[in-house]
Amino acid sequence: MGATGIIFRREFRAYTRSPIGYIVAAIVLLLDGILFYALALGPGAGERLSGEVLMRFFYNASGLTAVAAVALSIRLIAEERAAGTQLLLNTSPVRDWEIVLGKFLSALAFLSAITVATLYMPLLILVNGKIAFGHILIGYVGLTLLGAAVLAIGLFATALTRHQLVAAASASVITGIMFLLWPLSQMVGPPLSRVFAALAIHGRHWAGFQAGLFHLRDVVYYLALTYFFLYAATKVMEAKRWE
Amino acid sequence: MVHLTDVTKYYGSKRALGPVSFEIERGDTVGFLGLNGVGKTTLLKILACGLRPSSGTVSIDGLDVLDNPHDVRKRVGYLPELPPVYGDMTVGDYLHFAGRIRGLAPGTVARRVPEVEEYARITEVHDVPTRNLSQGYRQRVGVAQAIIHDPDLLILDEPTHDLDPVQIMEMRGMIRALKDSHTILISSHILPEISQTCDRLLILNDGEIVASGTEAELGDTLLRSRGMVVTVRPRGSGDLDAAAAGGDAADGDAADGDAADGSMADGDAGLRAALAAAEQAIRSVPGVADVKLPDRPARAMAAAGAVTIRVSGEADVRAPVCRALVEAGHDVIGLTRAERELERVFVELVGGAEA
Repeated sequence: MGATGIIFRREFRAYTRSPIGYIVAAIVLLLDGILFYALALGPGAGERLSGEVLMRFFYNASGLTAVAAVALSIRLIAEERAAGTQLLLNTSPVRDWEIVLGKFLSALAFLSAITVATLYMPLLILVNGKIAFGHILIGYVGLTLLGAAVLAIGLFATALTRHQLVAAASASVITGIMFLLWPLSQMVGPPLSRVFAALAIHGRHWAGFQAGLFHLRDVVYYLALTYFFLYAATKVMEAKRWE
Repeated sequence: MVHLTDVTKYYGSKRALGPVSFEIERGDTVGFLGLNGVGKTTLLKILACGLRPSSGTVSIDGLDVLDNPHDVRKRVGYLPELPPVYGDMTVGDYLHFAGRIRGLAPGTVARRVPEVEEYARITEVHDVPTRNLSQGYRQRVGVAQAIIHDPDLLILDEPTHDLDPVQIMEMRGMIRALKDSHTILISSHILPEISQTCDRLLILNDGEIVASGTEAELGDTLLRSRGMVVTVRPRGSGDLDAAAAGGDAADGDAADGDAADGSMADGDAGLRAALAAAEQAIRSVPGVADVKLPDRPARAMAAAGAVTIRVSGEADVRAPVCRALVEAGHDVIGLTRAERELERVFVELVGGAEA
């Protein structure tokens, strides 16, 4: 196991040992459950097609996944700087990309565990209605890719500062702008509308996953976004390592 | 082992260090002494590959720290001023992580963790989360993580920071035990911490090294005079003890003097005469520059049966002063170098003349 694996193990255990991981998981699962109840099971749910219920479940879950990703990522590097433990990593023979990747994968694993825990809701739809397994699978792939991209944004934000509040604000602003690009693209004319739509994190690229449609271009978009912010985080770490 | 050439460090336009040049041989234990904020931590961070110098070259074991940072990091163990421990990990897990992150194989780490725990005497807290440890234990865990990979060079930044006297003694013992197998650099702003554990001292002031050498060399070359404290029972003072015991009143405030009777005054006068004779004997020794008698000799006689006399000389006059006192009929009970002698050197060097 390389340095990435060693850091992954430490960080994943940190989520399971500290309250933050459980608090984020509890809030996400609670809100997901409440929204699902109101959407599909509650008195005001009305009659809907199973596919439509699943689409709206993924829509709700995508927002909560993004919020959870910000919450899970902001401690990753800022906390180390504040506690002075960054010095242990900085004076060890570990490369910055190994640190960034190990931390990213640990957060992604924990976020994925939370996401998987919501699986009972689509399965409830399956019991009472008719939906395709592929739709569920593609929806969860989308949630994972969206979560990965927001985690990367959060990791970049947390690499910038030793203050978790500043990191949270930075990550929220960047993620918020990425979300707002889609409604903005509807308000402006071309060519700006096309640029905004292509860059928006939760519009054209998300719609396919939500509907159970797999487009390679959407996968590439999320992977590219994730890579970009992880690369930026690594560069920030490199610049700050010797400061 | 360690070579620095014209190393500087600037934060913006503010110079924090340098230019600094020195060499440290393998196996040396070197202390960096200086007041807070003179660049000690900056220097140690540069040596630990945690900070890039603004100019100059630094090499450790022949490897340039900028060209081969990872190879250098494998050879260096670093304890920052605040131990870099993760509060959510137990001591055992933390040391395992520290070993693995420094490149040790799993089998080697499994062997080294109990070894360094035993060495640092933290075996009993193996399963305790580090957030629950006292400062003393945290510092020991910090040392353990710094030596887990058995580095050639060990860098300890203020290792006795925030420790109580017992913990300070234990830390000194740990450092002395490490001297046999490591090159050690220690920083402190407290002179005894450095002088009692290091072979050589480098004194920093305003980012520059203003003096270097052994404790004796610094004392010999930088102090014009050498100080000592002689504990003496002046000739005939035994006869005066009883009277001197009552002579406290004569030492004290005038208001207390109401109780002083004639015999007390006689005893005090006799003691002062005996002390004057001892002073004369000391001053007769060539090389003695100054003699300072105690302010309240009667109280000292009553408490310890002897008085302390401070002597400073232009050379080492301990032997002739002893001889002169004994020949003059005084009893020499003890003789030590002035405790604060090297501290005076330190204060002189860092420009604290007003102190």
